[in-house]
This record gives sequence, structure tokens and C-alpha cells, in this order.
Amino acid sequence: MAKWILMLCLAWWGSSGTWAKEAIPAAENPALEAQMMQIAKELRCLVCQNQTIAESHAALAIDLRQQVREQLLAGKTSDQIYTYMTARYGDFVLYRPPLKSSTYLLWLGPIVLMVLGLMALLLVLHRRSKLPDNAFDADDADISSST
Amino acid sequence: MSKIRFLLPLVLLACLVWFLGAGLKLDPKEVPSPLIGRPAPDFQLTQLDNAQTVVSRADMVGQVWILNVWASWCAACREEHPVLLRFAARTPVVIMGLDYKDERAAGQRWLRNFGNPYRASLFDEDGRVGIDWGVYGVPETFVIDKEGIVRFKHIGPLTDEVIQTRLEPLIRSLNG
Repeated sequence: MAKWILMLCLAWWGSSGTWAKEAIPAAENPALEAQMMQIAKELRCLVCQNQTIAESHAALAIDLRQQVREQLLAGKTSDQIYTYMTARYGDFVLYRPPLKSSTYLLWLGPIVLMVLGLMALLLVLHRRSKLPDNAFDADDADISSST
Repeated sequence: MSKIRFLLPLVLLACLVWFLGAGLKLDPKEVPSPLIGRPAPDFQLTQLDNAQTVVSRADMVGQVWILNVWASWCAACREEHPVLLRFAARTPVVIMGLDYKDERAAGQRWLRNFGNPYRASLFDEDGRVGIDWGVYGVPETFVIDKEGIVRFKHIGPLTDEVIQTRLEPLIRSLNG
């Protein structure tokens, strides 16, 4: 039995090792590849929308990684590459959409909701603090004795 | 005050239902194209059936035309094809194909087998022109006006309904 488990573990370890090898991009220039992946991590894959271009295996993501690589080699900055991508695919490709009039709700909505919630909470607490004692039920005897 | 107290949850519920209903109608797969209202991206590609003839953006300016992105490996294009053939038979508008990331022989064979609705198909072997046009899911269809401005984009297979309710009225107004 122990042998079996060992073999299974070895098989798993071996196969995960080969996966890891396949995931490493075959690039001659590791610095360029790292820079490319850094940019690709900020870009959404259009085909499989919850993945970045860095992690997707879709053909389009592979093509776009190649685009990023070539543009880096041509001396483009990361901002220029983001502009290139948004000109073609819109703000949707950016994992961090820019703050502008159409995205105010997206960026500020959660803050507004939290402020509203806190205000409601404060209002309720404030009102309750002003209520006379007989407005509240007496503590349940069971609960008070058990604590 | 006490009336508002009763109405408030109802109003909140109505808001929630409205948001959920609106969310149901949104299709996250349909990414709005930033190209709409902007000049069509430049291209220079050979024709699928003639590697010697080059077609560029400038050749198309001056007329309303349709660019339909397809590929022989694309299953949804098979579904769209009869719709496109019917449309091509009755419309005077030029329909150009963009054979996206395909092999020349495979693309030619596909058109021979299933019929050719296109004036010509541009052969985009490495998909570069596709990227310039923001193509991410084949088939896609663009309408370009006489000045070379992209006016409309449809993602996914065209249907008779889309052609009748969106494409044809738009083309009429652009030509009118």
C-alpha cells in the first residue's frame, strides 16, 4: 500500500514537473520575457475573459504576447503598449480600468455604498441610544445565566 | 414618515430587480469596439484566391462596404455562411471577407465547398490585421462607410434578424 502511494506521489510529482517545464516560455531573452509578462499580466484575454494574456493559452493571447514582445524590442514603453491595446480592444482589455466619467460608478460605487451603510448604522445606533430603558426587552434569563 | 418606512424596502427591491434585469441583458462576451466612429485600420493584404493581388484600405474608400471575418477552422462561420450567402444575393453592397489565421488552400477549399458570398477575401495569415481591427472571436462583421469610418460591428454569427434590423437600415442610411 505504501509503495502504491509512493508511486502515485512520484507520478504526480513527475507530471507536475513536466507541466511546469511547458509553462516556461521558450525565449532567448529572459529579461525581455519578464518585462513582457509584466505587461501581459495587466491585460485581459478577450477570448477567455477571466484570464490575463499572460496566463491564457488562447491563440489570440499568444499572438498578443508576441505583439508585446515585438513592441518592447522596438523600444515602446509599457504605456504606449497599453494605448495600442486599448485602441483595438477598448478599456475592457485593462485589468485596471482608468478612472474617467464612464467608470466613476465602478471605482467610487463601493466607497459610496460603504459610507451610506456606515451612516445608516450610526443613525440607528444614535436613535437607540436615546430610547428610554423600557423600550428594550429585558435580557433573557437563560442567556444571561449561561454567559 | 411611517408610510415611507413601508415603501422603502419595496423601492429598494424594485431597484435591485431593475439592476438584475439589466444585468441579464448584458452579454459580457460582446466587448464594445473602440473602432466605432473611428477610421478603419489600414491594411495591405493579398487576396485569398490570388496571392499576387494586393488590396488595401485605400481601395475601398468611396463606398459603403462590409468586412466579414471568417476562417475555415471556425465552426460558427459554417453556421453563419448560408445567412451571408442569402444576404449577398440580394444586397448591392460590397462584402469583403477577411480570412483570419488560416491556410490559403484550406480557405479556398472552404469557399469552393460552401459557396462564396465575398467580392474578395483578404488573406490574413498571421492575424496581424485581425488584431488591428480588434478581432477576438470569429466570425465578426464590420460596416465601413464611404469615408472609411467604421460604423458598426457585430460579434458572432450574423443572423437574418441582425441583418434585417441592424445592417440593412444602417446601409440604407449610409447610402442615402
